[in-house]
Amino acid sequence: MTAHDADCEKCEELLQGYLDRDLTAAEVVVAEGHLNGCDYCRRRYRFEEALRRYIRVSASERMPAGLLAKLAELRGPVV
Amino acid sequence: MSESGAEPEADAGRRIASEARERVRFEEEALELADQVYRVARRMVGTREEAEELVQDTYARAFRSWRSFTPGTNMRAWLFRILTNLNTDRGRKIQRTPDSRPLEESDYYLANKLAAVEGEQALEQEQVVERLSQGGVVRALSELPHDFRDVVVLVDLGEFSYADAAQILDIPIGTVMSRLHRGRRILKQTLAEETLS
Repeated sequence: MTAHDADCEKCEELLQGYLDRDLTAAEVVVAEGHLNGCDYCRRRYRFEEALRRYIRVSASERMPAGLLAKLAELRGPVV
Repeated sequence: MSESGAEPEADAGRRIASEARERVRFEEEALELADQVYRVARRMVGTREEAEELVQDTYARAFRSWRSFTPGTNMRAWLFRILTNLNTDRGRKIQRTPDSRPLEESDYYLANKLAAVEGEQALEQEQVVERLSQGGVVRALSELPHDFRDVVVLVDLGEFSYADAAQILDIPIGTVMSRLHRGRRILKQTLAEETLS
């Protein structure tokens, strides 16, 4: 499988939208059809998927202790 | 007709009580989202202190204007609309102008760099991403020009849809998509430069 045929280019174009679940049904068919048959693109798909998860986990920082209590203090008066 | 005055008063009492219950429900729902709000806010600003302050300002405003929230709609998106407005008001617009580095041509830039170092097969392995460092990811995000960063952070960390991000930032959905595309490419380019060199 060559790395840069026209189908691979089309697949790359669709891949981010595919990961975002933002493709039309017809585009999903094109993307999945290609990914099933192309090692080069499937590896990149797996990588992009893993990268997204890694970015989400790496960049996620839990709320500092005490902030929730400070926010609760901002609530309106108890009636 | 002594009741004619008492009846509206009772109505008013019930109305006040029901409104108070509605407000409490709103406040509790908003507070349940606080950790999720903080996690996204944290990556939109430079420091933990700024993030805490921004989230507090957001909740203060949200609690004041809770009546303008429509129950049943997306409260997290509603809170972020307030938060991004406040963040803009904070004068952070004096930041750098949009990135003018030549843009890498491929969405696969980072994947291809990694494949060159680790081999094609490595891309199949979940742990290949650990070749990058978590600190590197945080740094690369913080270096994104803010217009791009807001969109990337809302969609990739906050998991908002394109439509929600467009509404939150008050920009067209096409702009969300193009900033996201460009922002992710810049992010991958920075990651490749910082962590693979």
